[in-house]
Amino acid sequence: MKIIKSLLAGASLALVASISQAATSGNTLATVDPEADRSAMQSYFQKRFPQVALSDYVNGIYALDAPSREQWQSIEEFPPYEFDIEEGEALFNKTFANGKSYADCFANGGIGIRQNFPRWDASQGKVVTLELAINQCRKANGEEALGWKKGKIAQISAYMAFTSRDNVFDVQIPNDKAKAAYLDGKQSFYARRGQLNMSCANCHIAGAYIKIRADLPGPTLGHVTHFPVFRSKWGELGTLQRRYGGCQKNVRGVPQKTQGEKFRNLEFFQTYMSNGLVVNGPGARK
Amino acid sequence: MFSFHEDKNEEKLMRKSIIKHALLGLVLVGASSMTLAAASADQIAKGKALYLNKKKGNCIACHMIPDADAKLPGNQGPPLVAMKARFPDPKVLRAQIWDPTVKSPSTIMPPFGRHWILSEDEIDDIVAYLYQY
Ligand code: HEC
Ligand code: HEC
Repeated sequence: MKIIKSLLAGASLALVASISQAATSGNTLATVDPEADRSAMQSYFQKRFPQVALSDYVNGIYALDAPSREQWQSIEEFPPYEFDIEEGEALFNKTFANGKSYADCFANGGIGIRQNFPRWDASQGKVVTLELAINQCRKANGEEALGWKKGKIAQISAYMAFTSRDNVFDVQIPNDKAKAAYLDGKQSFYARRGQLNMSCANCHIAGAYIKIRADLPGPTLGHVTHFPVFRSKWGELGTLQRRYGGCQKNVRGVPQKTQGEKFRNLEFFQTYMSNGLVVNGPGARK
Repeated sequence: MFSFHEDKNEEKLMRKSIIKHALLGLVLVGASSMTLAAASADQIAKGKALYLNKKKGNCIACHMIPDADAKLPGNQGPPLVAMKARFPDPKVLRAQIWDPTVKSPSTIMPPFGRHWILSEDEIDDIVAYLYQY
């Protein structure tokens, strides 16, 4: 038993993970500068791929890779998510048992507001994603919460994104608590996970558009703009956080909780990075 | 340089796998008596299988190697060519596989030894295979 014990002590040392790339601004609340991070991220990609227009990053890997872009464009001629938008619209307009509807829960009746999510909610003291807001609306009106990753919640989210197409992402960080949530998301993005010891940044910054066998990780810039996506591999629509869990499993790690604080903060960080790009969800992916 | 601890959950998983390895008697952290001359045909064949196996080395996910059976490699890492000339000391090559973050803290390459992805013997097998190229 003694040998196992001392091995375990050694093991926790091995589990200390390190940041994969020099972060652009600081990693403390006092030094972190979201705007500096965002412009550094955007200019990093513009320098690395000068032929790609900033606005094209909303198309993910297809902004960089011409052959897969062609395949994708032919898929988009008959979008596989069309049915989901229609379903989402019907669900969105259906009244709850108490006579109210989603429109009563959101600014502008829920139309054209995707670009403001995730948002820092001062009264709840946390980041609220669009999917969380949808379920909070249901609960406030006496309805059961929907599952987080696919199905109805993704359809409603898809419809809401669709009504917001071409609106510019505008995630705000209004105070220090929101900044702390941003910082937590940033740390998650750069922290290594799993047995394979990889961070999101390993694949989606340094490793972007470089092959891992047949897979081409896309740039983190624009990752969030087209969600939810209809993914051929899933054969259905899924939310952004469903994909987060998938990437964490791929590095042989334990996925974090869907819509838990860690993932909401990660989404807050990722979306802030894409401020200035437009909403183009729902999207189609391989 | 900042560092973060991973999830408690992950720690548990890793501990399980570490205990398993410990019980198998494969605990020889970093130590190797491997020499260039010692490679047998059996070792080379095992190393090749580990190089290609998605669940083991999966080196082919990131490295091209001029072996006709190593088709459609990824290119995150440099081509593994002229290995004897570039890595005359097998300890250096072995250390790169055991934990590449020592040399290159921001690398995407997994620490195959440190994280128990491959056993010490398996790393030796891969080294033997790499020296064929
Ligand atoms: C081992 C490499 C790897 C790691 C580590 C990784 N990903 Fe991915 N990820 C991929 C690949 C490959 C794809 C599919 C290609 C693409 O669309 O970018 C992908 C897809 C995605 C997508 C969907 C992109 C789209 O346009 O639809 C998101 C979002 C994403 N990853 C986020 C993350 C986050 C956040 C992390 C860290 C928690 C992470 N990934 C870690 C390889 C990785
Ligand atoms: C996910 C990607 C990835 C995987 C998987 C991977 N490597 Fe690497 N490897 C790299 C990168 C990137 C480098 C470049 C140097 C660095 O970043 O440390 C590298 C460097 C190396 C080098 C040094 C090469 C040189 O010319 O200096 C060797 C040797 C090597 N890897 C062997 C392996 C072996 C053997 C395996 C499988 C057991 C493996 N790698 C798996 C990404 C990877």
